[in-house]
Order: sequence, then structure tokens, then C-alpha cells
Amino acid sequence: MIEILWLGRGGQGAFTAAKLLGAAYTIGADEKYALAFPSFGPERRGAPVRAFTKLDSKPVVDRSQTEKADYIVILDDTLYSPNLRSLLREGGRIVVNSKSAIDGALTFNAEGIAAEHKLPTVNTVMLGLLVGLSGAVSADNAADAIKGYMPTKIQERNIAALRRAAQEVSE
Amino acid sequence: MKKFLSGNEAFAEGIRLARPQVISAYPITPQTIVVERLSEMVEDGSLTAEYVHVESEHSALSCAIGASAAGARAFTATSSQGLLYMAECLYYAAGGRFPIVMMNADRSTALPWNIYGDQRDSLSQLDSGWIQAYAENAQEALDLALMSYRIAEDKRVSTPYMANLDGFVLTHTYETVDIPTREQADSFLPPYETDNRIDFENPRNMAFSAGPDTNYIFKYKEQEGVLAARKVISETEAAFARTFGRQYTGLTENYLTDDVDYIIVTLGSIAGLCRETADKLRGQGVKAGVVRIRYMRPFPNDEIADVLRNAKAYAVLEKDISFGNEGTVFTNVNSALKKAGAAVNGSNYIGGLGGRNISAADIENIYTDIANGATGVNFIGIGGEDNV
Repeated sequence: MIEILWLGRGGQGAFTAAKLLGAAYTIGADEKYALAFPSFGPERRGAPVRAFTKLDSKPVVDRSQTEKADYIVILDDTLYSPNLRSLLREGGRIVVNSKSAIDGALTFNAEGIAAEHKLPTVNTVMLGLLVGLSGAVSADNAADAIKGYMPTKIQERNIAALRRAAQEVSE
Repeated sequence: MKKFLSGNEAFAEGIRLARPQVISAYPITPQTIVVERLSEMVEDGSLTAEYVHVESEHSALSCAIGASAAGARAFTATSSQGLLYMAECLYYAAGGRFPIVMMNADRSTALPWNIYGDQRDSLSQLDSGWIQAYAENAQEALDLALMSYRIAEDKRVSTPYMANLDGFVLTHTYETVDIPTREQADSFLPPYETDNRIDFENPRNMAFSAGPDTNYIFKYKEQEGVLAARKVISETEAAFARTFGRQYTGLTENYLTDDVDYIIVTLGSIAGLCRETADKLRGQGVKAGVVRIRYMRPFPNDEIADVLRNAKAYAVLEKDISFGNEGTVFTNVNSALKKAGAAVNGSNYIGGLGGRNISAADIENIYTDIANGATGVNFIGIGGEDNV
């Protein structure tokens, strides 16, 4: 099982990214299963939120929160803390949207890519980075997930940003 | 068609296929997304129903009762304090033998105020006369939505049906769900027809008073109706498997219980993690198993006793406590064993209250505890402080 922990702030779309990844993983594949859920509770804009995606080749029946993640994806670098390493599996990676380098994490200027595509938030850019880094799903399937689960008028920009980000890290 | 949906959305898809004619809902917290999705379906024309916004949960169920009394298939949904606010009407619906279906998102009850998941809301209403089902995942939720009307409306049953989905862990969690076609659904579930309705051609007395000379007869018939659901659930699941290819297992679902020493009895979405833990322990030579209760009413007395009587010990894991006694599921399970004349060591684990995470380690500890002769009522996460 691959487990991804998403960290963002209310309104950034961290849970949407978690959901899109789960949908992308299961598109057109019978032997692939996914679970995606947010940290539960009342929703508040700007408050730290967590989201989880679990991907497996058999039905995911463990609905508890991830204790050890393969990837931790952070949409806002003020949420980064060195303590997060304790939530990583051996060989796991932390990916952060940040303009400055962070020791022990991969950083990318996701806001730059989002701005290029006139997107107010970095969630699909971070999804693209994860797609490129992990290879857990193809960029095509991720694009199909956006087509299936995002409003029509913002699909094109998000798909372009996702592909651009995936390319950025697969080079 | 496969889609990546939350438990709420999956249930709404099942209800769309069941074609309710009246949906009444109070769309404020602690209500969940299920009624929002249904309102969108009515708006876009994919579901033809009268959608009634009401001013409270009490009115939501009252409205559904009125619709059912007019001969319509009715749906409503609620959660937590909303269910408790409806409590008066639960008894009216059951006593009037109105086969309404309601989805309840199982969430904590006040105080302290908390909208996270546990099962104290629905388990407090076991005596209201409703059938109570508990889903484990989003696919089962959708399938229960379809089966619920066929069970509730069966003339032998004529009883309202409450489908319970664990708050957040199931209602707000996304997974892949197979949505049946409209043709399949229509062939499985015929339109609702009943004599128990207002009819100007054939006027009849409905929702009347009954004094001491006859009241007990109505209560006896009500008990018979809920008990008849045992057979009707099994028949409905067989028909469901023929149409949709998915087979359910009646009032309980057993896992690794043929040659077993230690069993966890539980209900709802935590069962999956219990099964995974049982697998792990089997790998270490511990004969662990799981019984998942799918229906709390009618209660699976025989099914539970048949399995538990051969075990060395069992634990009941539930997100509920009846203050001053023990978890209500534990009481029911113990009664099943007592009636069957079986003496097996049992203990009760109260966990997940107010949305607290139940981990794999918590479940493994339960198996270890009962193998070591644990008894009584234990709150997961409380106790053992002296050892810190």
C-alpha cells in the first residue's frame, strides 16, 4: 500500500488533491483500490487541514489515519516541521511548496507554476509533482480524474498545470 | 458505472435509483451531504421527487410520515442531535407501520458538543421500532439504500428502515463505488403499493388511539413485523445477488470463525481493520476472528450465539456506552448467548467516542486482553496511567 499525507490550509484544496489522486489511481483498473479522506471535523478557511490517500492492489479496509506515509505533500511551507519526519516510512519523501530550500525535503515553487496557469491555488500543481515523483499514477489518468471530478471551466488550466509539474520532476 | 464517491454520495446514488417520491430534509448541521446531493438530483431532473425543506428534524420525519400515509415512497436523513430531536416521530413512524427509509450519519451526542463519529445516536433509539442496519463501506451503503425499501415495504414487514453510516469515516471518505443501471434497479425494486394510506374511495382510520383493550395487540404485531424482516432481508439479499452480482450475508458477517478461539464482535466501518488484525494474528498462530453485526434490529441472536459458543473468549467493540451499565451492543450480545445456553467469557471495549481514532494496535490489544482473560467494561485509551 502507498500512503500519502497531504497538509494544507482550509481553502487550498488539499483534500481535492487527495481525492483526485485516489480517483486517478482507480480509473479503468479493476485491481486497484483507493481511499481518500480529510482530517475530520468542522471546516474553517485558513486552518491547517490534513488529507489522506491510500492506494493498494486490494480493497483498502483500514480507514484509520495514516501513521507512516510514503509521501507527505505540503501545500503551505509554514506547515512544515522537522517533526513530520516521524510520520514518514523508511525511504519516504516530503514535498513542499516553497520558494526556499528546506533541509530534508524536496521544495518546488509550485506557486510559480500555478501563477503561469492563472490558478489561485497550488493543489493540482502539487498533485502533478507527486505524480511525476512517485509514478503511482500516470499524468493521463490524473488528467482524466480532473475531467471527471472538477468543474468544467477550470479543468483545462488545472490539467495544464498538472502536466507541467509532472514534467518538471520527471526530467 | 464506477465512480469515486463518499459514503454520503454513494447512498444518495442508491436513493436516486430507488425513486422516492417525497424527500424531506432539514439541511443544517449535523445534517450531511446526502440531502444536498439529492436536492441537486431533483434540480437537474435525474430524480423526480417532491423535495421539501422543513424547519427541523422533527418536521422532516413528520413530513415523511405524512407522505407515506398518502401512499408515497418517502426518504429523509439525519444525524446525531437531529436524530434525537426526531425521536418522538420515530415511534409514530414505526407504530403507524410506515415503511420510510432514513439515512443516519452516526455521530456523537452532546455534551460536550462534537460532530465527529460514534454510534451513540442510533443505538439510543434501538427500541423505537425501526429496522437498523450498519454499513461498513460506501458500496454497502449504496446497496442498502436499494435493498432498504424492498425490505421495509414488504407486507410481512411494513416497518421503517434506518441505514446507519459511521460519521466521517464512512460518510466523508471517498472510495470506488459501482453504481447499478436504472434498468437493473427498476427490475429489482417495484413501485410502492399499499393499502395503508389515505384513500377517499376507501376511507379508513389511520394513526388512531388504542386503549388498554387493544393496544398490546398492535405492539405484538409491531414486534412480529420487525422479526419478519429476518426472513425478508435474506430473501432480498438473494434477489439482490441475482440482479447485481453482489452477495450479502444477512444479519451478520463472519470472518475466520470456523476454527476460532478469540472473536471481536463489532459493527460499522471499523470491522475492516479488525479483519486485517485477525489476519495478522493468524499469521502468528493466534486463532482470531471477527463477527460484524450488519443489523442491530432485528437482532441476530442465533447467528451470534452459533459462532461465539465455540470460542474461548469474545470482545464486543462498540462506539457507544449506556451510562451506568455497559455498551448496548454488549448487552444484546450477552443476551443472545444466555438464551442459547452458552457460557463464554466476554468483555466490552468502548472506543471511538467523539471521533477518536481506533488504531490497529488498539485492536490487537483487545485480542491480547481477551486471550489473557480480560472481563468487564474497558474504555480504550483510559486506564493503565499508573504504568506510564
